[in-house]
Amino acid sequence: MKILIVDDFSTMRRIVKNLLRDLGFTNTQEADDGLTALPMLQNGDFDFLVTDWNMPGMTGIDLLKKVREDERLRTLPVLMVTAEAKREQIVTAAQAGVNGYVVKPFTAAVLKEKIEKIFERVEG
Amino acid sequence: MSDINQSTIDQEISSEIRTLAENMLLELEQGHPENAVALVSDLNQVREETLYREIGKLTRALHEAIKNLKVSPSGVAPDVESGMNGTMDKLAYVLHMTDRSANRTMDLVDEGMPIVSDIHDRAEELSGRWKKLLQKDLKPDEFRTLTKDIDTYLEDNIEKTTQIKNEFSEILLAQDFQDLTGQVIHKVIDLVRDVEKRLVSLVAMAGHVDRITGIQHHHEEDIVDEDHKIRAEGPHTGTDKTDVVSNQDDVDDLLSSLGF
Repeated sequence: MKILIVDDFSTMRRIVKNLLRDLGFTNTQEADDGLTALPMLQNGDFDFLVTDWNMPGMTGIDLLKKVREDERLRTLPVLMVTAEAKREQIVTAAQAGVNGYVVKPFTAAVLKEKIEKIFERVEG
Repeated sequence: MSDINQSTIDQEISSEIRTLAENMLLELEQGHPENAVALVSDLNQVREETLYREIGKLTRALHEAIKNLKVSPSGVAPDVESGMNGTMDKLAYVLHMTDRSANRTMDLVDEGMPIVSDIHDRAEELSGRWKKLLQKDLKPDEFRTLTKDIDTYLEDNIEKTTQIKNEFSEILLAQDFQDLTGQVIHKVIDLVRDVEKRLVSLVAMAGHVDRITGIQHHHEEDIVDEDHKIRAEGPHTGTDKTDVVSNQDDVDDLLSSLGF
């Protein structure tokens, strides 16, 4: 399972990376915004994308839209981990095809639950 | 600019305009339209003088406001310390401190994790052999090895737990950023509040000039850019907003109402 973690703050990437490692996902890579992440996704065989929303360059919501427009990435499971908490934003992310939405600050248990749920749905 | 001064000036202008208008009417009634036309240019002159006077006042007020904002005007050497530059430095300091603290804490946790895992794994393994001893299921040489291993384990444990204790203390110390950045953020809040107050008075001043000169602004309709209608806003700090979810449960409820 190869996972791409996208966040402009290195500490948040590290937190997500450590939590994923505790969950048994050790094959992770990092990007600091959508512009860096998109070519990585297009050229790599990633199985899962965890992205923040508010980033310079390309935001997470725009990255999500690009992923859903891309023939090869269309079905990639995407989890949004973000401080954006407006109902309108959550609805927009859902309409853009997000698979899960976690608001910051979050707990390890919440992240675990959402990831497991996404894989249950994807595999089931 | 004080209101008393302003109303005196307004009265002066009004009476000047009234006198000119009355004279114009008089000239027309007396059959001297050319004189009346000449008075129109006098009227214009009053308007221009008023305008210049207001512009002069506005320029002085603007200069004061800019000085009060503590922003270096163009032409001033860039190394001159301004309030705004100082504020940006302060915020950069907050960013630096929080980043350093978060990384220090995570470094210490990363160092501590394998130590705790090692203590746990060895205790688990020794516990298995200890149970065999209690069940009298241990050979004499196995017993000798067990006592030696337990001794080493206890010795190691003293050393390792001391190390973890020190790491916990360092994690505590790494939280000092909260105090330091808090003080800086308070200063920035004060500055922003002050700047806002001064900007409001600047807007009021500009509004007054508009009124005197009769300038009208055409406000363009706010254009909603469809692509950017949804903007990232960052963490919400207020608790009384109804359009903002307050926790993960709210997010889950909203998503499940959308069929997730």
